[in-house]
Amino acid sequence: MATQNFPNIYEQQNANRRKTILIMVGFVLFFGFLGFGFDLFYLGNDPFGVVAESTPMIPVGTILALLIGGGMALWGLQGGAQAVLRSAGAVPVSSTDAEHRVLSNVVDEMVIASGLPRPQVYVIPDPDPNAFATGKDPHHSHIAVTKGLLEKLNREELQGVIAHEIAHIRNYDIRLMTVIAALIGAALLLSDWAARSMRYGIGGGRRSRGSSRSKGGGGGGLALILLALWILAIILAPFITRLLSMAVSRQREYLADATAAELTRNPLGLANALQKIESASAPTQSIKKSAAHLCIVDPLGRKVNFKEGALADLFATHPPIAKRIMLLNAMAYQRES
Amino acid sequence: MALWIVLIVVAAIAGWVIVKYNSLVTLRNQVQNGWKQIDVQLKRRHDLIPNLVNTVKGYMEFEQDTLRQVVEARNAAVNAKGVADAASKEGELTAVLSRLFALVENYPQLKANQNVLQLQEELTSTENKISFARQFYNDIATSFNIAQQVFPGNIIANLLRFTLAELFEVTDAAERAVPTVDLSLKK
Repeated sequence: MATQNFPNIYEQQNANRRKTILIMVGFVLFFGFLGFGFDLFYLGNDPFGVVAESTPMIPVGTILALLIGGGMALWGLQGGAQAVLRSAGAVPVSSTDAEHRVLSNVVDEMVIASGLPRPQVYVIPDPDPNAFATGKDPHHSHIAVTKGLLEKLNREELQGVIAHEIAHIRNYDIRLMTVIAALIGAALLLSDWAARSMRYGIGGGRRSRGSSRSKGGGGGGLALILLALWILAIILAPFITRLLSMAVSRQREYLADATAAELTRNPLGLANALQKIESASAPTQSIKKSAAHLCIVDPLGRKVNFKEGALADLFATHPPIAKRIMLLNAMAYQRES
Repeated sequence: MALWIVLIVVAAIAGWVIVKYNSLVTLRNQVQNGWKQIDVQLKRRHDLIPNLVNTVKGYMEFEQDTLRQVVEARNAAVNAKGVADAASKEGELTAVLSRLFALVENYPQLKANQNVLQLQEELTSTENKISFARQFYNDIATSFNIAQQVFPGNIIANLLRFTLAELFEVTDAAERAVPTVDLSLKK
């Protein structure tokens, strides 16, 4: 019953592939728009004759921005996983430590249950329990858990958490989320840079806009609107990417929980794990904001993730834990009866 | 004209036989592969048990009987022939092993022994792997068997001498004797 509303695994995989491409294209176009504005307001060329019919010039800013945006999107796909792991301080699992051995074994068990290639396993030296999966596809995937998770959970609960992460890998959630993580980082950098350059740049921008107006005339109103849109885009860029990451991550948490229950045949393991993780819900220091949506529970410990409702729907990266536990318990109940 | 129709019908039947045969061969290979997955884990379990017995032998002087049973069950499992036989022997082995682990709880030195803890973890993990691999094997073996039994696939399967795959089923008696060590074994 509880799983009825979810799309099946293949629909989910295809939807994730589509969304990844869409988001990357959107991101590149957004960069192009920023570069176009740079051309228009800083360099004073209007390559596409939007504001005024001008002499054709090479749109340096637009081309440069498209190249940078495209490069960043590709880099997010190729190297995003490594960047996320590095920023969290994840170290590869060792074969001598007893706790690490249990983790390796549990991952092996879930690999057999799911029939996926084995992901690389990492441990993050952080006392707060949390876990995430990242990577490009099932053949290039990584699972990282915190030391706190290994200490606080028993074997069965750990199995539930690992199954949840394996489910993210199988559904191709990791690719989408990793690209978004890289893009959030890029957008933050960009708006930072733009805000700083605007302080010096506006004067020069006025001058060049004046010159383009004198050529064509009548385009001033449109130019002003474009300028307003451009500035708005720069200011809102980090906010929009954040909203995006929130919207795409919540729904797939439910699906990953359901898949985890299917893999372990033991929904209560994950339910108990979530309970324990929630009660220890201090911020996970070593996981940065840009990777928050990758984790099994929100590492920032934001209160909004515990609530339901319109506001929570907009801002939370994760569905309320109480609801997730309830759904898992319902699955366990069906199994018993 | 009639010759053409006959030719087309013959070609269609031949094509269907080829497709059917190929799909049966694919399934048979998947079944064998699935069995290998189980077999690897069973071998690993058989290799771990002598280590465990040697480690605990010194401490558990009064449990020689249980230890002997473990060794016997292990040897019987090693010599099992075929899937069904292996399934029942392995079931017995699981039962005596969990009895042994229950007894280990009575020996504080053993419970604190890193070696024993590690062996216990490895055996638990191996047992989980067996049960997950069993799930996969039984699923694929069932679809292989169904493909051989439904009409008209059964004609081809009979003609080309395909045999049904045995399921790896844990026998009832063994299952009942197992105290719940690991909930993931529960089906």
